[in-house]
This record gives sequence, C-alpha cells and structure tokens, in this order.
Amino acid sequence: MRARALAGLSAFNAVSLALGLAFLYLPIVILVAYSFNASRLVAVWGGWSLRWYGELLHDRAMLDAAWMSLRVGVCAATAATLLGTLAAVALARGGGFLGRTLMSGMLYAPLVMPEVMTGLALLLLFVAVDAERGFWTVVIAHTTLTMCFVAVIVQSRLAGLDRSLEEAAMDLGCSPARAFAAVTLPLIAPAIAAGWMLAFTLSLDDLVIASFTTGPGSATLPIRIYSEVRLGVRPEINAICALVIVAVALLIVAASLITKFAGGSRDAAAPL
Amino acid sequence: MIEPTTTTTSASATASPLLRIVAVTKRFGGFAAVDALSLDLVAGEFFALLGPSGCGKTTLLRMLAGFETPDHGAILLDGEDVAPVLPHRRPVNMMFQSYALFPHLSVQDNVAFGLRRAGLPKAEIAARVAEMLALVRLEGFERRKPDQLSGGQRQRVALARALARRPRLLLLDEPMAALDKKLRQSTQAELKELQRRLGTTFVIVTHDQEEAMTVADRIGVMDRGRLVQVGPPRELYETPASRWIAGFVGDINLIEGRVVSREGGRLVLALPDGGATVMALCAGAGRQDAADGCIAVRPEKIRLAPADSAAGEGAPNRLAGEVVDVTYQGSVSLYRVALKGGLVVRAALANASRAGVPDLGPGRAVTASFAPEDGVVLEA
Repeated sequence: MRARALAGLSAFNAVSLALGLAFLYLPIVILVAYSFNASRLVAVWGGWSLRWYGELLHDRAMLDAAWMSLRVGVCAATAATLLGTLAAVALARGGGFLGRTLMSGMLYAPLVMPEVMTGLALLLLFVAVDAERGFWTVVIAHTTLTMCFVAVIVQSRLAGLDRSLEEAAMDLGCSPARAFAAVTLPLIAPAIAAGWMLAFTLSLDDLVIASFTTGPGSATLPIRIYSEVRLGVRPEINAICALVIVAVALLIVAASLITKFAGGSRDAAAPL
Repeated sequence: MIEPTTTTTSASATASPLLRIVAVTKRFGGFAAVDALSLDLVAGEFFALLGPSGCGKTTLLRMLAGFETPDHGAILLDGEDVAPVLPHRRPVNMMFQSYALFPHLSVQDNVAFGLRRAGLPKAEIAARVAEMLALVRLEGFERRKPDQLSGGQRQRVALARALARRPRLLLLDEPMAALDKKLRQSTQAELKELQRRLGTTFVIVTHDQEEAMTVADRIGVMDRGRLVQVGPPRELYETPASRWIAGFVGDINLIEGRVVSREGGRLVLALPDGGATVMALCAGAGRQDAADGCIAVRPEKIRLAPADSAAGEGAPNRLAGEVVDVTYQGSVSLYRVALKGGLVVRAALANASRAGVPDLGPGRAVTASFAPEDGVVLEA
C-alpha cells in the first residue's frame, strides 16, 4: 500500500514531500555526519573517523549525565505509566461522575502547557515544600510532564474495547477487580507499553523542565549538552547527540509498532 | 447442575417456578425502562422476550444477569432474592450480543475461563471443554483465536462458554443479530434442539418475532417497559390481546366498523360503506356497550375468489372488492384488495402450483372471504 502510494505521487507532490523531509531531517543528517568528522574543527570536514565516539568513553561528566538521564527516564516513565493508566481507567470506566468532562480536560491541559510555565510552577512548588533539588525532583517533574501522554494513549485504547468483555468475565465468575486483571489489562497492555516508551523518550528529550527542577551535580544529558555548547561545540557532542537520536528513534518505532499491533487485534476483536 | 430433561414445553400451573420476577422497576433518570414487571418462568422452558428496540427487554435481561440492580421489586431464583447479588455470584450465565469473546485467549481458554474461576480440577475442566465444543460442533478449533473464526463459529464459542458452567438459567441477548438470514435459521433450529437436550432454562431477548416464534416455548411481548402479553407462539399469533400486539407479531388486517349485534358469542360489525357486514366469534364477554368494534384477520386466512364464482354463496363474511396489486414472494403471493368503501385488505395465497392463479390479477373483481372463527375480536 505504501509503495503504491509513493508510485502514485505526482511530480508536485514528490517535490513537496522531498522539501518537507529535507526541512525536517537535513539538520539532523548534518549533525550525525559531523559526528564522524575526523577534524576537531566543527565546520571543517576532515574525513571519516569514529574518534569522537571513542573519546566519549573518557568524558566522565558526559557519561554521568547520560546515566542520570537514563535513570530519570526509567523512574519517571514508570511512575507516569502507573498514574496515567489509573487516570485513564478512572475516566473511561468510572461512569458519569460529577465533573468528569472537567477532569478529562484538566488531564489533557498539560499537553499544551508551555514547558517554561510547568517548569517554573514545579520549581516554586519544590521551593515551597523545601525539597532538595536533584534526581528525585527531576523524576517528579518528568512524571508530571509525561503522565498525560500515557493517559491519552491508554484511554483511547480503553474507549475502543467492548465493555461487554469485562461483563462477560464477571458473568463467568470474576469479581470486578479480577475481571480487570484477567481481561482488560492484557488487552490494554500494548497501549501501556507504548505509553511507557513515549514517556521515556519525552523525559530523555526534556531540557526546559529539567533545568528548572534539577540541582547541583544532577545534570541530565540535555542540560549537560546545552551547557557545553554554550562554551563551544565539540565533536564529542555531535557523537552523543547521534547516539541519543538513534535511541529515541528506536523507541518511537517500537512504540508505534506496538500500537499498530494492538490496533490490529482490537479490530479483530470488534463484533461483526 | 443440568436439570433432567423434561417434557415441559409451556408453563404449567403445577410446576413451581424457577424464576419469579416480582413487580420489578428500573428507572434511568426519569424514564422507566422496566415498569413494575412480573413474570414467572418454570425450569426447563425456553422463554423469549420480544419487543421493539427500547422496550426494556435488554434491561430486564441485564437485571437477571446482575449487571443492573432493580430500583423496586424482587428477582427470586429458586426462591432466593438475587437482586442484590453480584453477577459473578449468580448461577446464571449470559451470551452477549457482541459475543464478548476474549480476543487474547484461544477457543478452549475462552470456554475454560468460567470453569477455572469456579476452581474445577484440571482434568474436569479439560473434559468439560471438550464436551462443550462437541456440543456446538467446534472440535478441532481448540487452539484458534476468536479473530480466526467466522461469525457463526464465534457465536457457537460464545454459546459453549456460557453453557460451560452449567447455569440454572442461560440468558441470550440477541444471539443471532450478527448472522445472515440463512445461518440464522439453521442456528435457531440448533439452539432449540440444544435447549431440549440440556433441559436448561433459556431466556432469549430478540426483536425478531419469527425468531421468537421459532425457538421459544413461550413469548413475552414487551412494550414500554411492560409485558403486554405472555403466551405460547400460537396463542400470541392467533389470539393477540390488542391491536398493537396483532400488528407487531406478524401481518394482520384490521377491519373496523359499527357493532350491529353481539349475541351468542358472535360479533357482527357493519362496515362504514354500509351494506357489508362481517362476523367473528368472540370468546369473552367483551365490552358490551361499545358502539364500534374491530375484527382482525391474518392475511393467510382470507380466501379470494373471482367475483362471478358461485362458490361459497350465502356464507358469511363475503366482501366484494378489486385486486390492487399482487406481490410474488415465493411460497406465497400477497394480494392487496380494495373493498367497496375504501378499506384495503391483504390476502396471502399459497403458491400451491407453479402456474399461479391467473384470474386473480390486478384489476379483477374478487370476493374476499374468511370464516367467522378465523377473525379475532380486538377490544384494545
């Protein structure tokens, strides 16, 4: 189907598509290409080399930042998945409780909230409760940032599920909680997994909120890169950026594959 | 838990009811979906709840399953009020309209689901699953997933799953709505046969009167949250209690007129155009004082003869008219006949020969007649 769609492109559409993709990916291609540049000077091409990837292994500060980002990502994504799934289930299955539409809207609002404001609000909160800023404050901030994405993904999956599946489980001897665990949970598991991956990549990418909420000695990778770049771009930075791009791309592809797989089985589960 | 196969085909007064629904009301907001409804079911009967969409039949079924709680009234199963009992604690199983097969489980795991929850030993579960799949003729499909089955096969898995726990009462919510007509007819016959063999009490919800008449021992017709008539299919069809039921269950001609006499168990009406009178037997006393009356006749009980034919001369209920049109429907042809005075009656004539009846074509003058005992006097 994809091949046919490409074959069916007119010349105009082909040019539009090429321009669009170039606009999106040319900067990234240049960044990745320069990560293989043998020259220390960023703007001068000196031939192919893996030198900067090797030097990266000795850049203690950069590795620490990467490790910090990884830990923050795993913790925040896990917490966000838990909270987001609970919120989605409550909204999709809770029946018509008072203020449900308001709740639903409030859950999605952070999706469009400017990050600077979210970051500032969280900073004020942490100062107000006198929390020492560091690893855990970034985890909490990233949980806040990403849980609504998880909720949206899980809720849309729940909305597509036949309500009578859970009723059938109850009819066959499951208590409501047991019916959820035995039937609903396995069916929304792909959405939960996709939500986790999306939350992890968002956390890995985030600079603004992390820089508001982190403390001394707890720089995440984007913060570290940003502060280094202000002193001048080093080729190692290109190398680590290329690695992050690969990691994020893999996760996004995995998440969309999982969602697609889940979508397929949902259609099959639908009644004739 | 399977009841011994009984020969009970209709509610007999002596059998104590398995299920008693006593004045049950369920409201959604201000709207009474089920309105002070009472009904008794005997063990082993096949009962159909028939009604147009929105009449409350599904709500009633869901109350029997435990998914809805009545606002008032009691649901007694074997004498015990189950209204407050949660679905998973009731000896009742339901087959859902969407089948609700678990898409992540194979056919055998779907059927075994309820048995595992009941904590049966493994060997017994395996034996019961095999028995159920044999019952619905799905041997060899154990490892398939629901999305690898046809609609008819999925329907049978749903039936096997609902029967596996050997419920006291099996509820079926529009079980054939998703099947095409041919498959539906054969499935109806199989379902009835299965119910006879198991002796389990079945309650089916349907909006299809043919389906209800085919499978059920007794039918309860629902309208706006109430049961308007309960009886065996024949009684419902031949003796409808009201104009609404007469029209809902099958096709019927309503002949209205002024009451001429009501004596000796016969009602005689004069049609508005004057002259022609029709007569039908009325069993009960009826409303003696009513000035107007209505006699209903099913189309297949009306006979047509060319107007110049002398056959049946002098018999009652001979109405002169003209054929408007003829609709060929295969086994029968439906004739619309305009009577003098404007009333159009429909007559269904069996196509007993391939040639048909050429002298009853459109425009022909005919005499429509019916026997007095084939007319139903409708009071409501």
